[in-house]
Order: sequence, then structure tokens, then C-alpha cells
Amino acid sequence: MITVEGLEKSFGRQAVLRGIDLEMPTGSITVIIGRSGGGKSVFLKHLLGLVRPDAGRVLVDGVEITGLRGAALDAIRRRYGVVFQGGALFDSMTCLENVAFPLREKFRLPRPEVGKRVEAALAQVGLEGMGGKYPAEISGGMRKRVAIARALVIEPEIVFFDEPTTGLDPILVNTIHRLIQDLHRRFRFTAVMVSHEIPEIFEIADRVAMLHEGRIVEVGPPTAIQQSETRVVRQFIRGEPDTAEVS
Amino acid sequence: MTDTAVPLALRPLETLGRRTADVVTALGRFGTFLAAAVAALVTPPFKLWAFLSRIVFIGYRSLLIIILTGAFTGMVLGLQIFLTLSRFGSEAFLGPAVALSLIRELGPVLAALMVTGRAGSALTAELGIMRITEQIDALTVMALNPMRYLVAPSVLAGVVAFPLMTAIFDVVGIFGGYLVGVELLGLSQGTYFGEMQTFVDMTDVMLGFWKSVSFGVIVTWVCTYKGFNVGHGAEGVARATTQAVVLSSVLILVWDYFFGSVWR
Repeated sequence: MITVEGLEKSFGRQAVLRGIDLEMPTGSITVIIGRSGGGKSVFLKHLLGLVRPDAGRVLVDGVEITGLRGAALDAIRRRYGVVFQGGALFDSMTCLENVAFPLREKFRLPRPEVGKRVEAALAQVGLEGMGGKYPAEISGGMRKRVAIARALVIEPEIVFFDEPTTGLDPILVNTIHRLIQDLHRRFRFTAVMVSHEIPEIFEIADRVAMLHEGRIVEVGPPTAIQQSETRVVRQFIRGEPDTAEVS
Repeated sequence: MTDTAVPLALRPLETLGRRTADVVTALGRFGTFLAAAVAALVTPPFKLWAFLSRIVFIGYRSLLIIILTGAFTGMVLGLQIFLTLSRFGSEAFLGPAVALSLIRELGPVLAALMVTGRAGSALTAELGIMRITEQIDALTVMALNPMRYLVAPSVLAGVVAFPLMTAIFDVVGIFGGYLVGVELLGLSQGTYFGEMQTFVDMTDVMLGFWKSVSFGVIVTWVCTYKGFNVGHGAEGVARATTQAVVLSSVLILVWDYFFGSVWR
């Protein structure tokens, strides 16, 4: 279980997170939704230990990670798999080398074992035989799938997805969502996903949390969020224009 | 909040204090960055392949520009020094004058400036792009130290490649001077090289060597630091690249003076 308590973060005078409390249960898919620029990615970076909060704490299975550094933080991160927004694949490596990289460098597995697991991971995301290509030579959808393969090849306990379908066409969005759902059923990892793919996200989420102006304004199962009476949640889900912004 | 709390008369003092604190903080970050790189360098596992590829990137790919600039620098020196010495009837000293200028001063400095322009800028841009596309974050969340993979091999490669580039620059430059002084202007070959052996000693060579080693550290340190701490987007990468080249070039010249004045 990942628990966030009273998380606050400001950059200069701009308060991005204003006291977030949230629980992300073990084995479930928790999706953080919210408008662009609302602090979703900053929130995710706190869970990854990439950004330190001004106040509050993040606990992973009861271990507070906000004060951890070096080897202690790395011990937590060894349990993580992360799919970044743009994939964050290493340009200088082929897709196969990208997927093999954490196995070789992080876990120091023998070469035949690495080869076997990389092939299996690429097959799981439907990219058999594409391993020899460089990230620049494949499409955006393929890059996302390679990124998912790289995140899952180490069989992590917790997987973070930062807008894994941004910039993809609707068919690819559904393909990636189904892939994540399928992999989640098989490996039962704890998933935390940042997304604003409405309504597709409701089909794969166990819990949805709406982040608005640095606070969690609503959290619950997808059906509850869809029926929410909270104005900002309703407005976001229906995609209603902000009258204040229009005028 | 702070602006309203500080009385108007004290605001310039507050601004000065804040800026001083910012500069000290930035210098501290700059220093700890090198310390972290050195720590990654001396603790296993060593990234031999990354180091070798950086040698190719910084050294091998700079060869052409080093040979070209080395040759023309030597030729210019040969011509100008010959014309100057001939006024005093001392053309015989052309060889040592060219060699000493190159080995003690121009070789290390110009080679470092050339490598900064070619490889240093590319190093900053590469790391900057890795930063903005979250590739460095990806390494970090894999529990792998980006300093070990990206910075330490570059700094070590700089320490190895800069003296090699400088040596090549010096040798090519001396032959450039030979081409002009001996082949074009008629000085005897024996005089050119013979006087060189008399006047150039190992102290001069070691001065050039240590200068180039220190330039290797300065350039890779500045360029990786700027790339690692890049701002946002393409503009951030462009700005970091410019700053890296300018700062490296200035530091090379400033360090060259102080180094040369201490070690004569």
C-alpha cells in the first residue's frame, strides 16, 4: 500500500500540491485524473522519490520514503517499474537493449536469462522481432509498448504510469489500456496511473482520484466518480469548458 | 510575502544577500557534482564500455579538427616568428620558439578550446536532451546512479583524451612550423630540430601535459553539469549548451594564466 499524507509542494511562490492525502491499495489500479498543469506529474515524482516535498510524507508499505536517500531509497525503487510520459527510452540503445538494460544493470542476470526474459517481455506487448530497432525508428505507440515492456520485465511490485496514452489515437489508447489491464491481471502489481483519458480510464481503474488545484477533491471507485455531484469532477468528466477561462 | 516584510530601505541589501546566497549555493552544487562524479569513478562497478565510447566521442571524433587547427597554428607561428627573428638575425631559434609556444601554451589551450567547441557542446546537448526526455529520471528510478553511467565516464575520458589531443596538436603544429620555416623559407632542417632539442626540456612538456589534464577535467565537468541541470524544453538545452561552451572557454583561459604563473 502506498500512503500519502499531507503532501505539499511549491515551486517559488506557486503552490502545486496543497496537502494531498491518498491511499493506493496493494494490487489495485489507482488512476489520478485532473486537468493539465494540475500537479499530477509532480505528485507522481514525489511517489518516485524524484522530488522532495515541502511538507507531508509518502509511505510505501509503511516505510516513509520522503526522508530516504542513496541506498535506502534505491532499495524501495528496486520494487518499482515506471512508464514515463514520453517513454524515456534510451536513444542510443535498441528496443531490445532498452528492455534488457534494467535486467543487466540492476539485477546483473546472466546473458541467456536476460535474452529469454526480454523476448518474453516484448512478446507480451506484441512487439516480437522488433527488438533490433532504435526508438527513433518506431512509432509513438510502439515506443509506449517498449516502455511498458521495460518497466515490467523486472517483475516489479509497483508500477507507475505517467500518462501512458498521451498523444496516441483512440484505437491505440484502448490497445494500451487493455494491455495494462491484461498485464495487471497476470502479475497483480500495484499500479498508479496518471491520465486524463476520459472515459476510457474508468474501464481499467479500481480507484480514481481527482486532483484539482493541488488537492484531491474526490476519490473512489470509477462508478462513484462518474456519478459525482462535485462541480469540478463533473465538469472534467464531461469535458465542459471553463466559463471563466472562455470569458 | 518577503517583499512586504522587508522595509523599503533594506531591500537592496536583501537582494544582494539573496543573490550572494544563490551564487554560493550554485558553486556548492557545482562542487558537489564533481565530488559525486569522482565518487562514482572510484567505486565499482566500473563502466568500461561507457568510458571507451566517451573516448571515441571526445577524442577520436575531434581528431580532424585538432590536426587541421594544429597544422595551421604551427604554420602561422612558423611564418610570424621567422619574420620577427629574421629582423634580429636569429632565425636559428625558430624551432624552439615554435615548439615552446605550442608545448607550453598554445597546444593545450587551443586543443582544449577546439574540443570544447566540438565535443563539449555535444556532451551538454546530449545530456540536456536526456534530462528533458526523462531518460536521466528513468535511470534514477531504476535505482541506477546516472553519475556512474553518464558523468564519471565523460570526466575520465576528458582526463585521458585532452592530453592525447594536445600531444597530437603539438606534433602537427611543430611540423606545420617546419613546413613554413624549412620547406618554404629555407631554414635548415638540422637547425630547426637541433635547436629545439637544446631549448625544450621535460619541464615544458610536463607543464603542457598537466595543463591539458586540468582542461580535460574543467571542460567535461562544466559541460556535463550544464547538461545535467538543463532548463525546460529545446530553449533550455540551447541555453545550457551556449553557457557550457562560454564558461568552459573562459575557465580554460583563466586557469591557463594562473596555472602558468604558478608553474613556470
